[in-house]
Amino acid sequence: MEKIEEIQKNLEQHIPGVELIAERDAFLIDRKDLLTVARHLKENPSYAIDYVSCVTGVDYKEYLECVYHFYSMAKKLGPIILKVRVKKEDPKIPSLTPLFRGAEFQEREAYDMIGIVFEGHPDLRRILMWDGFAHFPLRKDYIPEDQDV
Amino acid sequence: MEEENIALETQLLEINLGPQHPSTHGVFRMNVTLDGETVVRLKPVMGYLHRNHEKIAESGTYLSSMPFTDRLDYFCSMTNNLAYALAVEKLTGIEVPERAQYIRVIMAELTRLVNHTVLVGFLMNDLGAFFTPTLYAFREREKILDLFEATSGARMMCNYMRFGGVKADFSPGFIEKAREIVANYPRFLDEFEKLLTENEILMSRCQNVGILSKELAVQASVTGPMLRASGVDYDIRKVDGYSIYPRFKFRVPLGEKGDVYDRYYIRILEMRESCKILEQALRDIPEGEFISKQGATGAKSPRTFKPAKGDVYGRIEAPKGELGFYLVSDGTANPYRYHVRPPSFINLTILEDMCLGQKIADTIVILGSIDIVLGEVDR
Repeated sequence: MEKIEEIQKNLEQHIPGVELIAERDAFLIDRKDLLTVARHLKENPSYAIDYVSCVTGVDYKEYLECVYHFYSMAKKLGPIILKVRVKKEDPKIPSLTPLFRGAEFQEREAYDMIGIVFEGHPDLRRILMWDGFAHFPLRKDYIPEDQDV
Repeated sequence: MEEENIALETQLLEINLGPQHPSTHGVFRMNVTLDGETVVRLKPVMGYLHRNHEKIAESGTYLSSMPFTDRLDYFCSMTNNLAYALAVEKLTGIEVPERAQYIRVIMAELTRLVNHTVLVGFLMNDLGAFFTPTLYAFREREKILDLFEATSGARMMCNYMRFGGVKADFSPGFIEKAREIVANYPRFLDEFEKLLTENEILMSRCQNVGILSKELAVQASVTGPMLRASGVDYDIRKVDGYSIYPRFKFRVPLGEKGDVYDRYYIRILEMRESCKILEQALRDIPEGEFISKQGATGAKSPRTFKPAKGDVYGRIEAPKGELGFYLVSDGTANPYRYHVRPPSFINLTILEDMCLGQKIADTIVILGSIDIVLGEVDR
Protein backbone atom coordinates (compact mmCIF):
# COMPACT_ATOMS: atom_id res chain seq x y z
CA MET A 1 0.00 0.00 0.00
CA GLU A 2 1.15 3.51 -0.76
CA LYS A 3 2.03 5.81 2.08
CA ILE A 4 -0.83 7.86 3.43
CA GLU A 5 0.77 11.11 2.22
CA GLU A 6 0.82 9.83 -1.35
CA ILE A 7 -2.81 8.79 -1.22
CA GLN A 8 -3.65 12.23 0.14
CA LYS A 9 -1.73 13.93 -2.66
CA ASN A 10 -3.46 11.80 -5.26
CA LEU A 11 -6.91 12.46 -3.85
CA GLU A 12 -6.34 16.21 -3.58
CA GLN A 13 -5.10 16.27 -7.14
CA HIS A 14 -8.08 14.43 -8.59
CA ILE A 15 -10.86 15.86 -6.47
CA PRO A 16 -10.59 19.64 -6.41
CA GLY A 17 -11.69 21.24 -3.18
CA VAL A 18 -11.61 18.08 -1.09
CA GLU A 19 -10.66 18.57 2.55
CA LEU A 20 -8.60 15.72 3.96
CA ILE A 21 -6.93 15.60 7.33
CA ALA A 22 -4.57 12.68 7.79
CA GLU A 23 -4.86 11.32 11.30
CA ARG A 24 -2.37 8.49 11.85
CA ASP A 25 -3.44 5.88 9.30
CA ALA A 26 -6.87 7.35 8.56
CA PHE A 27 -8.37 10.27 6.67
CA LEU A 28 -10.79 12.57 8.36
CA ILE A 29 -13.18 13.91 5.74
CA ASP A 30 -16.28 16.01 5.56
CA ARG A 31 -19.54 14.19 4.88
CA LYS A 32 -20.16 16.17 1.69
CA ASP A 33 -16.97 14.66 0.20
CA LEU A 34 -17.58 11.09 1.30
CA LEU A 35 -19.33 9.87 -1.84
CA THR A 36 -16.89 11.54 -4.24
CA VAL A 37 -13.87 10.17 -2.39
CA ALA A 38 -15.35 6.68 -2.19
CA ARG A 39 -16.23 6.73 -5.87
CA HIS A 40 -12.75 7.92 -6.77
CA LEU A 41 -11.12 5.16 -4.72
CA LYS A 42 -13.38 2.65 -6.44
CA GLU A 43 -12.79 3.88 -9.98
CA ASN A 44 -9.12 4.81 -9.81
CA PRO A 45 -7.28 1.71 -11.08
CA SER A 46 -4.26 2.31 -8.88
CA TYR A 47 -6.42 1.69 -5.80
CA ALA A 48 -9.26 -0.40 -7.24
CA ILE A 49 -11.07 -0.37 -3.90
CA ASP A 50 -13.89 -2.86 -4.32
CA TYR A 51 -14.44 -4.13 -0.82
CA VAL A 52 -15.79 -2.24 2.17
CA SER A 53 -14.78 -4.46 5.02
CA CYS A 54 -16.00 -2.73 8.13
CA VAL A 55 -18.40 0.13 8.73
CA THR A 56 -19.09 1.20 12.25
CA GLY A 57 -19.85 4.18 14.44
CA VAL A 58 -18.22 5.53 17.57
CA ASP A 59 -19.76 7.95 20.04
CA TYR A 60 -17.09 10.44 21.15
CA LYS A 61 -19.55 12.39 23.31
CA GLU A 62 -19.06 15.74 21.50
CA TYR A 63 -19.64 14.15 18.10
CA LEU A 64 -20.33 10.86 16.38
CA GLU A 65 -17.77 9.28 14.12
CA CYS A 66 -18.37 6.80 11.33
CA VAL A 67 -15.36 4.65 10.42
CA TYR A 68 -14.96 2.89 7.07
CA HIS A 69 -12.27 0.30 6.32
CA PHE A 70 -11.75 -0.21 2.60
CA TYR A 71 -9.70 -2.91 0.92
CA SER A 72 -9.07 -3.95 -2.63
CA MET A 73 -9.78 -7.58 -3.40
CA ALA A 74 -8.56 -7.20 -6.97
CA LYS A 75 -5.16 -5.80 -5.98
CA LYS A 76 -5.04 -7.37 -2.51
CA LEU A 77 -4.22 -4.03 -0.95
CA GLY A 78 -5.50 -2.06 1.95
CA PRO A 79 -6.72 -0.76 4.17
CA ILE A 80 -7.71 2.80 3.35
CA ILE A 81 -9.55 4.19 6.34
CA LEU A 82 -12.04 7.05 6.14
CA LYS A 83 -13.60 8.75 9.14
CA VAL A 84 -16.55 11.10 9.03
CA ARG A 85 -17.56 13.19 12.02
CA VAL A 86 -21.07 14.52 12.54
CA LYS A 87 -22.83 16.43 15.29
CA LYS A 88 -25.24 14.49 17.48
CA GLU A 89 -28.06 16.92 16.67
CA ASP A 90 -27.61 16.33 12.95
CA PRO A 91 -26.24 12.79 12.54
CA LYS A 92 -26.68 12.49 8.78
CA ILE A 93 -24.13 10.86 6.47
CA PRO A 94 -24.65 9.89 2.83
CA SER A 95 -25.07 6.13 2.45
CA LEU A 96 -22.43 4.09 0.65
CA THR A 97 -24.83 1.24 -0.08
CA PRO A 98 -25.50 2.33 -3.69
CA LEU A 99 -21.74 2.14 -4.31
CA PHE A 100 -20.89 -0.86 -2.14
CA ARG A 101 -23.64 -3.34 -1.43
CA GLY A 102 -21.62 -4.70 1.50
CA ALA A 103 -22.39 -1.57 3.50
CA GLU A 104 -26.12 -2.33 3.59
CA PHE A 105 -26.38 -4.32 6.81
CA GLN A 106 -23.44 -2.61 8.45
CA GLU A 107 -25.00 0.81 7.98
CA ARG A 108 -28.26 -0.52 9.34
CA GLU A 109 -26.39 -1.75 12.38
CA ALA A 110 -24.60 1.59 12.88
CA TYR A 111 -27.98 3.30 12.66
CA ASP A 112 -29.49 0.85 15.12
CA MET A 113 -26.71 1.03 17.69
CA ILE A 114 -25.26 4.54 17.41
CA GLY A 115 -28.00 6.45 15.64
CA ILE A 116 -26.20 7.63 12.53
CA VAL A 117 -28.72 8.32 9.77
CA PHE A 118 -27.48 7.17 6.37
CA GLU A 119 -29.17 9.24 3.70
CA GLY A 120 -29.97 7.39 0.50
CA HIS A 121 -29.92 3.96 2.14
CA PRO A 122 -32.55 1.81 0.41
CA ASP A 123 -33.89 0.18 3.57
CA LEU A 124 -32.77 1.95 6.74
CA ARG A 125 -34.51 0.09 9.54
CA ARG A 126 -33.40 -1.27 12.89
CA ILE A 127 -31.69 -4.62 12.42
CA LEU A 128 -30.81 -6.08 15.84
CA MET A 129 -33.12 -4.17 18.16
CA TRP A 130 -36.85 -4.29 17.55
CA ASP A 131 -38.81 -1.66 15.64
CA GLY A 132 -40.14 0.90 18.04
CA PHE A 133 -37.14 0.77 20.37
CA ALA A 134 -36.47 4.42 21.11
CA HIS A 135 -32.78 4.53 22.09
CA PHE A 136 -29.36 3.93 20.63
CA PRO A 137 -27.69 1.47 23.01
CA LEU A 138 -24.06 2.06 22.09
CA ARG A 139 -24.21 5.79 22.74
CA LYS A 140 -22.33 6.71 25.86
CA ASP A 141 -25.31 8.50 27.41
CA TYR A 142 -27.65 5.51 27.04
CA ILE A 143 -29.01 4.23 30.34
CA PRO A 144 -30.30 0.64 30.27
CA GLU A 145 -33.90 0.35 31.37
CA ASP A 146 -33.53 -2.59 33.73
CA GLN A 147 -30.49 -1.55 35.71
CA ASP A 148 -31.68 -3.09 38.97
CA VAL A 149 -32.39 -6.53 37.56
CA MET B 1 -60.20 -27.11 -19.54
CA GLU B 2 -57.69 -24.60 -20.84
CA GLU B 3 -60.06 -21.69 -20.62
CA GLU B 4 -60.78 -22.49 -16.99
CA ASN B 5 -57.06 -22.38 -16.13
CA ILE B 6 -56.63 -18.95 -17.60
CA ALA B 7 -59.49 -17.65 -15.53
CA LEU B 8 -57.84 -18.80 -12.28
CA GLU B 9 -56.90 -15.94 -10.07
CA THR B 10 -53.64 -16.19 -8.16
CA GLN B 11 -52.22 -14.13 -5.36
CA LEU B 12 -48.91 -13.83 -3.57
CA LEU B 13 -48.47 -15.60 -0.26
CA GLU B 14 -46.40 -14.14 2.55
CA ILE B 15 -44.96 -16.57 5.07
CA ASN B 16 -42.40 -16.61 7.85
CA LEU B 17 -39.72 -19.25 7.52
CA GLY B 18 -37.20 -20.28 10.06
CA PRO B 19 -36.53 -21.84 13.40
CA GLN B 20 -38.31 -19.56 15.86
CA HIS B 21 -38.73 -21.78 18.85
CA PRO B 22 -36.97 -20.37 21.92
CA SER B 23 -35.30 -23.68 22.73
CA THR B 24 -33.32 -23.77 19.50
CA HIS B 25 -29.85 -22.34 19.75
CA GLY B 26 -30.27 -20.14 16.71
CA VAL B 27 -33.38 -18.10 16.09
CA PHE B 28 -33.71 -16.55 12.68
CA ARG B 29 -36.62 -15.67 10.47
CA MET B 30 -37.02 -15.11 6.77
CA ASN B 31 -39.99 -13.07 5.70
CA VAL B 32 -40.72 -14.65 2.32
CA THR B 33 -43.23 -13.71 -0.34
CA LEU B 34 -44.12 -16.58 -2.64
CA ASP B 35 -45.66 -16.82 -6.06
CA GLY B 36 -46.73 -20.44 -6.03
CA GLU B 37 -43.52 -22.09 -4.92
CA THR B 38 -41.20 -19.42 -6.27
CA VAL B 39 -39.62 -16.80 -4.04
CA VAL B 40 -40.29 -13.23 -5.18
CA ARG B 41 -39.16 -11.37 -2.06
CA LEU B 42 -37.16 -12.33 1.00
CA LYS B 43 -36.21 -10.25 4.02
CA PRO B 44 -34.11 -11.75 6.80
CA VAL B 45 -35.19 -10.79 10.32
CA MET B 46 -32.66 -11.18 13.10
CA GLY B 47 -31.71 -9.95 16.50
CA TYR B 48 -33.50 -12.57 18.61
CA LEU B 49 -30.22 -13.56 20.28
CA HIS B 50 -28.96 -10.00 20.62
CA ARG B 51 -27.33 -9.28 23.96
CA ASN B 52 -25.23 -6.26 22.96
CA HIS B 53 -21.92 -8.04 23.19
CA GLU B 54 -20.19 -4.76 22.29
CA LYS B 55 -21.69 -2.83 25.19
CA ILE B 56 -20.78 -5.61 27.63
CA ALA B 57 -17.20 -5.58 26.35
CA GLU B 58 -16.96 -1.81 26.67
CA SER B 59 -17.91 -1.96 30.32
CA GLY B 60 -15.23 -4.53 31.22
CA THR B 61 -11.46 -4.73 30.96
CA TYR B 62 -9.76 -5.90 27.80
CA LEU B 63 -9.10 -9.39 29.07
CA SER B 64 -12.58 -9.85 30.50
CA SER B 65 -14.18 -9.96 27.06
CA MET B 66 -11.97 -12.85 25.95
CA PRO B 67 -14.43 -15.48 27.27
CA PHE B 68 -17.30 -13.54 25.68
CA THR B 69 -15.71 -13.87 22.26
CA ASP B 70 -16.19 -17.65 22.63
CA ARG B 71 -19.91 -17.05 22.45
CA LEU B 72 -19.85 -15.20 19.14
CA ASP B 73 -19.44 -18.12 16.80
CA TYR B 74 -19.70 -20.91 19.31
CA PHE B 75 -18.39 -23.53 16.89
CA CYS B 76 -15.13 -21.66 16.50
CA SER B 77 -14.16 -20.23 19.87
CA MET B 78 -10.45 -20.67 19.12
CA THR B 79 -10.49 -18.45 16.05
CA ASN B 80 -12.63 -15.84 17.81
CA ASN B 81 -10.06 -15.73 20.61
CA LEU B 82 -7.29 -15.46 18.06
CA ALA B 83 -8.88 -12.55 16.22
CA TYR B 84 -9.40 -10.61 19.44
CA ALA B 85 -5.92 -11.38 20.76
CA LEU B 86 -4.34 -10.29 17.47
CA ALA B 87 -6.28 -7.01 17.47
CA VAL B 88 -5.20 -6.18 21.02
CA GLU B 89 -1.62 -7.17 20.25
CA LYS B 90 -1.70 -4.87 17.24
CA LEU B 91 -2.92 -2.07 19.50
CA THR B 92 -0.29 -2.59 22.18
CA GLY B 93 2.60 -4.18 20.30
CA ILE B 94 2.94 -7.21 22.58
CA GLU B 95 5.23 -9.82 21.05
CA VAL B 96 4.14 -13.43 20.81
CA PRO B 97 6.73 -16.18 21.38
CA GLU B 98 7.49 -18.66 18.64
CA ARG B 99 5.90 -21.70 20.25
CA ALA B 100 2.70 -19.78 21.04
CA GLN B 101 2.41 -18.79 17.38
CA TYR B 102 2.52 -22.45 16.38
CA ILE B 103 0.04 -23.43 19.07
CA ARG B 104 -2.32 -20.74 17.80
CA VAL B 105 -2.09 -21.85 14.20
CA ILE B 106 -2.64 -25.49 15.17
CA MET B 107 -5.71 -24.58 17.22
CA ALA B 108 -7.08 -22.30 14.49
CA GLU B 109 -6.73 -24.94 11.79
CA LEU B 110 -8.25 -27.65 13.99
CA THR B 111 -11.15 -25.26 14.49
CA ARG B 112 -11.48 -24.89 10.74
CA LEU B 113 -11.71 -28.67 10.44
CA VAL B 114 -14.40 -28.75 13.15
CA ASN B 115 -16.42 -25.96 11.56
CA HIS B 116 -16.34 -27.24 8.00
CA THR B 117 -17.01 -30.85 8.99
CA VAL B 118 -20.06 -29.90 11.01
CA LEU B 119 -21.28 -27.48 8.36
CA VAL B 120 -21.25 -30.18 5.72
CA GLY B 121 -23.21 -32.39 8.09
CA PHE B 122 -25.82 -29.74 8.77
CA LEU B 123 -26.07 -28.82 5.11
CA MET B 124 -27.12 -32.40 4.45
CA ASN B 125 -29.71 -32.04 7.21
CA ASP B 126 -31.13 -29.06 5.37
CA LEU B 127 -31.30 -31.21 2.25
CA GLY B 128 -33.33 -33.82 4.07
CA ALA B 129 -30.58 -36.37 4.78
CA PHE B 130 -31.47 -36.34 8.43
CA PHE B 131 -28.54 -36.82 10.79
CA THR B 132 -26.66 -39.63 9.09
CA PRO B 133 -23.98 -37.34 7.60
CA THR B 134 -24.17 -35.16 10.71
CA LEU B 135 -23.33 -38.11 12.93
CA TYR B 136 -20.33 -39.02 10.81
CA ALA B 137 -19.28 -35.38 11.15
CA PHE B 138 -19.84 -35.33 14.90
CA ARG B 139 -17.81 -38.51 15.33
CA GLU B 140 -14.78 -36.74 13.84
CA ARG B 141 -15.46 -33.43 15.52
CA GLU B 142 -15.54 -35.05 18.94
CA LYS B 143 -11.97 -36.31 18.54
CA ILE B 144 -10.75 -32.75 18.04
CA LEU B 145 -12.93 -31.39 20.84
CA ASP B 146 -11.34 -33.95 23.17
CA LEU B 147 -8.00 -32.35 22.41
CA PHE B 148 -9.42 -28.87 23.04
CA GLU B 149 -10.83 -30.04 26.34
CA ALA B 150 -7.57 -31.61 27.46
CA THR B 151 -5.65 -28.42 26.76
CA SER B 152 -8.06 -25.58 27.50
CA GLY B 153 -10.50 -27.21 29.89
CA ALA B 154 -13.57 -26.86 27.71
CA ARG B 155 -14.88 -28.51 24.57
CA MET B 156 -16.47 -25.49 22.97
CA MET B 157 -16.04 -22.40 25.13
CA CYS B 158 -12.28 -22.67 25.14
CA ASN B 159 -11.24 -19.18 26.32
CA TYR B 160 -7.73 -20.26 25.41
CA MET B 161 -5.82 -17.38 23.83
CA ARG B 162 -4.28 -14.56 25.81
CA PHE B 163 -2.63 -11.31 24.75
CA GLY B 164 0.92 -12.39 24.02
CA GLY B 165 0.32 -16.12 23.76
CA VAL B 166 -2.02 -18.78 25.05
CA LYS B 167 -3.35 -19.72 28.47
CA ALA B 168 -1.49 -23.02 28.88
CA ASP B 169 0.88 -25.23 27.00
CA PHE B 170 -0.38 -28.32 25.18
CA SER B 171 -1.53 -31.10 27.44
CA PRO B 172 0.80 -34.16 27.56
CA GLY B 173 0.45 -36.31 24.46
CA PHE B 174 -1.38 -33.59 22.53
CA ILE B 175 1.02 -33.52 19.61
CA GLU B 176 0.98 -37.30 19.11
CA LYS B 177 -2.82 -37.36 19.31
CA ALA B 178 -3.14 -34.43 16.93
CA ARG B 179 -0.73 -36.05 14.47
CA GLU B 180 -2.83 -39.18 14.50
CA ILE B 181 -6.04 -37.24 13.89
CA VAL B 182 -4.51 -35.23 11.08
CA ALA B 183 -3.05 -38.35 9.49
CA ASN B 184 -6.45 -40.05 9.53
CA TYR B 185 -8.48 -37.05 8.48
CA PRO B 186 -7.99 -37.40 4.72
CA ARG B 187 -9.30 -40.95 5.00
CA PHE B 188 -12.42 -39.68 6.75
CA LEU B 189 -12.84 -37.03 4.07
CA ASP B 190 -12.58 -39.70 1.39
CA GLU B 191 -15.29 -41.66 3.15
CA PHE B 192 -17.43 -38.54 3.45
CA GLU B 193 -16.92 -37.72 -0.18
CA LYS B 194 -17.76 -41.24 -1.29
CA LEU B 195 -21.13 -40.80 0.38
CA LEU B 196 -21.77 -37.27 -0.79
CA THR B 197 -19.77 -35.69 -3.60
CA GLU B 198 -21.15 -37.72 -6.45
CA ASN B 199 -24.42 -38.53 -4.80
CA GLU B 200 -27.14 -38.05 -7.39
CA ILE B 201 -29.65 -36.43 -5.06
CA LEU B 202 -27.08 -34.05 -3.67
CA MET B 203 -25.95 -33.07 -7.14
CA SER B 204 -29.43 -32.40 -8.44
CA ARG B 205 -30.42 -30.44 -5.35
CA CYS B 206 -27.23 -28.35 -5.16
CA GLN B 207 -25.95 -27.75 -8.65
CA ASN B 208 -27.13 -24.50 -10.25
CA VAL B 209 -28.98 -23.57 -7.08
CA GLY B 210 -28.38 -20.23 -5.39
CA ILE B 211 -25.74 -18.98 -7.78
CA LEU B 212 -23.69 -16.06 -6.51
CA SER B 213 -21.74 -14.26 -9.19
CA LYS B 214 -18.15 -13.16 -8.69
CA GLU B 215 -19.04 -9.50 -9.12
CA LEU B 216 -21.90 -9.51 -6.64
CA ALA B 217 -19.86 -11.44 -4.10
CA VAL B 218 -17.11 -8.82 -4.10
CA GLN B 219 -19.56 -5.93 -4.26
CA ALA B 220 -21.48 -7.21 -1.24
CA SER B 221 -18.40 -7.79 0.96
CA VAL B 222 -18.93 -11.54 1.07
CA THR B 223 -15.91 -13.30 2.59
CA GLY B 224 -14.62 -16.73 3.41
CA PRO B 225 -15.49 -19.99 1.64
CA MET B 226 -18.60 -18.31 0.18
CA LEU B 227 -16.45 -15.81 -1.68
CA ARG B 228 -13.92 -18.37 -2.85
CA ALA B 229 -16.69 -20.69 -4.06
CA SER B 230 -17.61 -17.86 -6.44
CA GLY B 231 -14.08 -17.91 -7.78
CA VAL B 232 -12.49 -14.91 -6.06
CA ASP B 233 -8.99 -15.62 -4.84
CA TYR B 234 -8.99 -13.82 -1.50
CA ASP B 235 -7.81 -15.57 1.63
CA ILE B 236 -6.65 -13.30 4.46
CA ARG B 237 -4.17 -15.94 5.60
CA LYS B 238 -2.40 -15.28 2.27
CA VAL B 239 -3.23 -11.59 1.79
CA ASP B 240 -2.31 -10.28 5.24
CA GLY B 241 -0.04 -13.14 6.21
CA TYR B 242 -0.89 -12.65 9.87
CA SER B 243 0.64 -14.76 12.65
CA ILE B 244 3.04 -17.23 10.98
CA TYR B 245 0.89 -18.34 8.04
CA PRO B 246 3.43 -17.26 5.39
CA ARG B 247 5.69 -20.11 6.59
CA PHE B 248 3.28 -22.82 5.55
CA LYS B 249 2.67 -24.21 2.13
CA PHE B 250 -0.97 -24.46 1.26
CA ARG B 251 -3.23 -23.61 -1.63
CA VAL B 252 -6.42 -21.59 -1.78
CA PRO B 253 -9.11 -23.69 -3.47
CA LEU B 254 -11.51 -21.79 -5.72
CA GLY B 255 -14.95 -22.62 -7.03
CA GLU B 256 -16.18 -21.99 -10.54
CA LYS B 257 -19.86 -21.31 -10.51
CA GLY B 258 -20.68 -20.14 -7.03
CA ASP B 259 -23.65 -22.46 -6.55
CA VAL B 260 -24.46 -24.46 -3.42
CA TYR B 261 -22.51 -27.43 -4.74
CA ASP B 262 -19.36 -25.33 -5.08
CA ARG B 263 -19.87 -24.03 -1.58
CA TYR B 264 -20.13 -27.59 -0.30
CA TYR B 265 -17.09 -28.78 -2.20
CA ILE B 266 -14.88 -25.80 -1.37
CA ARG B 267 -15.20 -26.73 2.29
CA ILE B 268 -14.02 -30.26 1.65
CA LEU B 269 -11.04 -28.89 -0.25
CA GLU B 270 -10.25 -26.35 2.45
CA MET B 271 -10.20 -29.10 5.04
CA ARG B 272 -7.62 -30.95 2.97
CA GLU B 273 -5.48 -27.79 2.87
CA SER B 274 -5.91 -27.30 6.62
CA CYS B 275 -4.57 -30.82 7.13
CA LYS B 276 -1.46 -29.81 5.18
CA ILE B 277 -0.92 -26.76 7.39
CA LEU B 278 -1.44 -28.88 10.48
CA GLU B 279 1.08 -31.48 9.32
CA GLN B 280 3.71 -28.80 8.82
CA ALA B 281 2.95 -26.99 12.07
CA LEU B 282 2.98 -30.18 14.12
CA ARG B 283 6.31 -31.14 12.54
CA ASP B 284 8.02 -27.76 13.03
CA ILE B 285 6.73 -26.64 16.41
CA PRO B 286 9.67 -25.56 18.57
CA GLU B 287 10.11 -25.80 22.33
CA GLY B 288 9.84 -22.61 24.32
CA GLU B 289 7.54 -20.22 26.06
CA PHE B 290 3.81 -20.42 25.44
CA ILE B 291 3.16 -16.88 26.59
CA SER B 292 5.12 -13.67 26.35
CA LYS B 293 7.31 -12.86 29.36
CA GLN B 294 5.35 -9.62 29.71
CA GLY B 295 2.56 -11.79 31.10
CA ALA B 296 -0.96 -12.62 30.09
CA THR B 297 -1.95 -9.01 29.63
CA GLY B 298 1.41 -7.32 29.41
CA ALA B 299 0.68 -5.93 32.87
CA LYS B 300 0.49 -7.14 36.44
CA SER B 301 -3.28 -7.41 36.43
CA PRO B 302 -6.06 -6.82 33.89
CA ARG B 303 -6.94 -3.58 35.71
CA THR B 304 -3.53 -2.08 35.07
CA PHE B 305 -3.47 -3.15 31.43
CA LYS B 306 -3.99 0.16 29.68
CA PRO B 307 -3.15 0.38 25.97
CA ALA B 308 -2.08 3.78 24.66
CA LYS B 309 -4.69 5.99 23.00
CA GLY B 310 -5.53 4.97 19.49
CA ASP B 311 -7.66 2.72 17.37
CA VAL B 312 -6.97 -0.50 15.53
CA TYR B 313 -8.67 -2.90 13.16
CA GLY B 314 -7.43 -6.47 13.29
CA ARG B 315 -8.83 -9.21 11.09
CA ILE B 316 -8.29 -12.89 10.42
CA GLU B 317 -9.58 -15.54 8.09
CA ALA B 318 -12.04 -17.28 10.41
CA PRO B 319 -13.70 -20.46 9.12
CA LYS B 320 -16.78 -18.44 8.10
CA GLY B 321 -14.99 -15.46 6.59
CA GLU B 322 -13.33 -12.27 7.68
CA LEU B 323 -13.63 -11.83 11.42
CA GLY B 324 -12.48 -8.39 12.48
CA PHE B 325 -12.26 -6.42 15.69
CA TYR B 326 -12.27 -2.62 15.70
CA LEU B 327 -10.99 -1.31 19.00
CA VAL B 328 -10.65 2.24 20.26
CA SER B 329 -8.55 2.85 23.34
CA ASP B 330 -8.78 6.04 25.36
CA GLY B 331 -5.89 5.07 27.60
CA THR B 332 -7.99 3.48 30.34
CA ALA B 333 -8.40 -0.17 31.31
CA ASN B 334 -11.68 -0.54 29.39
CA PRO B 335 -11.95 -0.38 25.61
CA TYR B 336 -13.70 2.86 24.64
CA ARG B 337 -15.19 1.20 21.58
CA TYR B 338 -15.25 -2.46 20.76
CA HIS B 339 -16.78 -3.53 17.48
CA VAL B 340 -16.98 -6.99 15.98
CA ARG B 341 -17.13 -7.40 12.23
CA PRO B 342 -18.94 -10.74 12.03
CA PRO B 343 -18.56 -12.66 8.78
CA SER B 344 -21.85 -14.54 8.83
CA PHE B 345 -23.87 -11.38 9.52
CA ILE B 346 -22.45 -9.61 6.48
CA ASN B 347 -22.61 -12.72 4.31
CA LEU B 348 -26.38 -12.63 4.85
CA THR B 349 -26.62 -9.36 2.88
CA ILE B 350 -27.03 -11.23 -0.41
CA LEU B 351 -29.38 -13.94 0.85
CA GLU B 352 -32.30 -12.34 -0.97
CA ASP B 353 -30.36 -12.02 -4.23
CA MET B 354 -29.47 -15.70 -4.18
CA CYS B 355 -33.00 -16.85 -3.38
CA LEU B 356 -35.03 -14.78 -5.85
CA GLY B 357 -36.64 -16.99 -8.48
CA GLN B 358 -35.68 -20.16 -6.61
CA LYS B 359 -38.10 -22.67 -5.13
CA ILE B 360 -38.99 -22.37 -1.47
CA ALA B 361 -37.35 -25.69 -0.60
CA ASP B 362 -34.08 -24.42 -2.01
CA THR B 363 -33.97 -21.32 0.19
CA ILE B 364 -33.33 -23.58 3.17
CA VAL B 365 -30.34 -25.13 1.43
CA ILE B 366 -29.05 -21.74 0.28
CA LEU B 367 -29.27 -20.42 3.82
CA GLY B 368 -27.46 -23.52 5.06
CA SER B 369 -24.67 -23.07 2.56
CA ILE B 370 -23.92 -19.54 3.81
CA ASP B 371 -22.94 -21.12 7.12
CA ILE B 372 -24.35 -18.73 9.72
CA VAL B 373 -24.19 -18.98 13.47
CA LEU B 374 -26.73 -16.81 15.24
CA GLY B 375 -24.50 -16.12 18.21
CA GLU B 376 -22.35 -14.18 15.81
CA VAL B 377 -25.09 -12.69 13.63
CA ASP B 378 -27.00 -11.21 16.56
CA ARG B 379 -24.17 -10.66 19.03
